[in-house]
Amino acid sequence: MARVVVDVMLKPEILDPQGQAIARALPRLGFSGVSEVRQGKRFEIELEGAADEAALADVRKMAETLLANTVIEEYTVRVEG
Amino acid sequence: MSAARVGVVTFPGTLDDQDAARAVRLAGAEAVSLWHGDHDLKGVDAVFLPGGFSYGDYLRCGAISRFAPLMEELIPAAKSGLPVLGTCNGFQILCEAHLLPGALTRNASLHYVCRDQRIKVESATTTWTSAFEPGQELVLPIKHGEGRYVASADTLEALEANGQVVFRYVGGNPNGSLNDIAGISNETGTIVGLMPHPEHAVEDLVGAPSTDGLGFFTSILKKLVNV
Repeated sequence: MARVVVDVMLKPEILDPQGQAIARALPRLGFSGVSEVRQGKRFEIELEGAADEAALADVRKMAETLLANTVIEEYTVRVEG
Repeated sequence: MSAARVGVVTFPGTLDDQDAARAVRLAGAEAVSLWHGDHDLKGVDAVFLPGGFSYGDYLRCGAISRFAPLMEELIPAAKSGLPVLGTCNGFQILCEAHLLPGALTRNASLHYVCRDQRIKVESATTTWTSAFEPGQELVLPIKHGEGRYVASADTLEALEANGQVVFRYVGGNPNGSLNDIAGISNETGTIVGLMPHPEHAVEDLVGAPSTDGLGFFTSILKKLVNV
């Protein structure tokens, strides 16, 4: 059994108003020195078998078709553990 | 002669299907209920994808709906020319299904916006807007939290050049949409998506800001009857 993590982020050129709101809240909480915050999604995919090349290819397909909307988002796939 | 038949799709979480069906009937067409779980378009002449929160808007608005059994029938039919109108969540579904380019993202203000909105008709040549005049202003209700239209610079340029920007917000952009875009069409003008709600503006009695929404339904009727 293996865990594959897919991180999905808005493309850099797409406005992220949620990230901006978080960035604006930080100074009020006493955190300084933050220039920008971008918010994204993390998916933890538990595989029944090993994270071999075929399984990873499947996960990439999942990311491409459902987990991310590649019109506005980009994704990375990595094996955890 | 039998009336034109316009399908109205219901997903789990759809809210506006009853208003949409009523608007279709008011315009003189037959409203046909289509269920998300069926592989059946029931031979309709056109399809209305209404607003709401289909599949709870989980993941992204419209992301799950796109893979509904009904969509497996609708997507190829729409690509072959079946007229489709998507409003609000329906617009989001059309973009997720890649029947329309670009995507709808969180309002720049982060606020859910619910108000009457002026929009300008930029294209009166689509299947769903022929009852309007180019440049005509309409007032329609909007109610959404994720209506900010975005697309790549190349896509935007192509939309503008091809006349596929169908509606633009006037008197204030409610969500930060690029180029003030409120609605777009595919290249042939058979598929139209917009964030405002024509189906909520068809009767004076209910306190709608206008009856401007009727034009969408008379447009499609005229098209279907003249075919």
